[in-house]
Amino acid sequence: MTPSGAEYIKRIREQVQEIDPSEVNELLHEGAVVVDVREGEEFAAGHLPGAASVPRGYLESRIEGSAPDRAERVILYCQSGQRSALAANTLTELGYEDVVSMTGGYTLWKDRGYEVDIPRQLTKDQRERYSRHFLLNEVGQVGQEKLLDAKVLLLGAGGLGSPTAFYLAAAGVGTLGIVDDDVVDLSNLQRQIIHTTDRIGVPKVDSAEQAIHDLNPDVKVNKYPFRLDASNIMDVIKDYDIIVDGVDNFPTRYLLNDATVRLKIPVVSAAILGFEGQLSIFKPYDGPCYRCLFPVPPPAELAPSCGANGVLGVLPGTMGLLQATEVIKLIVGIGDPLIGRLLMYDALDATTTELKIRRDPECPICSREPDAITDEEMGVFPDYEAFCAAAG
Amino acid sequence: MATVRIPPVLRPSVGGEREVSADGESVGAVLSALAEAHPATREQLFGADGELNRYVNVYLNDEDVRVLDGLDTVVRDTDSLVILPAMAGGR
Repeated sequence: MTPSGAEYIKRIREQVQEIDPSEVNELLHEGAVVVDVREGEEFAAGHLPGAASVPRGYLESRIEGSAPDRAERVILYCQSGQRSALAANTLTELGYEDVVSMTGGYTLWKDRGYEVDIPRQLTKDQRERYSRHFLLNEVGQVGQEKLLDAKVLLLGAGGLGSPTAFYLAAAGVGTLGIVDDDVVDLSNLQRQIIHTTDRIGVPKVDSAEQAIHDLNPDVKVNKYPFRLDASNIMDVIKDYDIIVDGVDNFPTRYLLNDATVRLKIPVVSAAILGFEGQLSIFKPYDGPCYRCLFPVPPPAELAPSCGANGVLGVLPGTMGLLQATEVIKLIVGIGDPLIGRLLMYDALDATTTELKIRRDPECPICSREPDAITDEEMGVFPDYEAFCAAAG
Repeated sequence: MATVRIPPVLRPSVGGEREVSADGESVGAVLSALAEAHPATREQLFGADGELNRYVNVYLNDEDVRVLDGLDTVVRDTDSLVILPAMAGGR
């Protein structure tokens, strides 16, 4: 005779090794693998600190993301101890050698007064919007929350800033600051895809804000419709976690470098010209700064940033999206960021070249402590007007 | 002969080429050969003291020659040199 559901569960529970919450509480601090097998919504309402979420329905397909080593101990729990017992049975069949199920589940854990993590309550719309991030073990709800809490400042809503802003907004980066003193021009639209034909003449910060809100109303946009200079840069950048540099001139690049080293804010930097782009992350004190790479700017005739230059329209798209990718990696804390490395992309050859860049022990800026860098020293650079006038 | 990748800003000085070959057993010799063949590149690469201008970085394969032996760094035929001047286009 086939057993009833209750009998089946009883039989499984007799076979599965169970563990008391008090013991789990001790193991938790030793970095044991703890897996919550309840549904995503139950997990989101509160869970054990550090637990991974693998709903029982996805156990077989997703457990390896959270517990890759089958010889290692895996602690499972659910709400009452029933689903986790069944899940433990499944993992044993999958070859996991040391699987235990927590007695009494989350309910008993809470009743005993042990620590719980109650994550931010995402709305149903947010869970749907970011569902593809939730499916990535490397991002998941924790990563998405980091994105929603992140503040990223974009210097320029132009060629590089357009795609970067769009994708960071789509990814749910909670606050995007945009610095740009320009208005949308018809000649921008070959590449600056965040703007539109009917917004020609509109300030770029306003045009970008509209596009961002149309895509994702979650995102707060801070607008700075002016040029950064030594008098305002510290105020503008100080509250941001990451800065995306797509500025079109050297003086601002040096000023930005000096200010971000002082505030220890990482800069994801890209530059484009013609068919080629460069990309790197300058993370103060972890890697080189811009002045370690280029201690002095080139003379005006070798600095083609003063006037209009040709650029293949998709190139800033390519480079801007590589920037956005690095920003997301930094926020979520995954992968190997492009620190101490410079990526060159040649669109005509369809090749990339990677160069090593190192901290300069003699760097005039980052060889010193941040507090030692004075206001007077920041952004020391030849006069910009004169610099460009000399270029002819 | 080693190959030398020419960055966009220097291309007008080498007849528009993106990559040129130049002979030499050291980085200095290869760059001098380049300057010999394309005189307009000389003052862009070298200062009055004969050293590399500080706003130009030169890499042997992926390594900055300044952390190797500078202009004396040995170059083999299969090596490639990358000249990297600062760029700042974003628009």
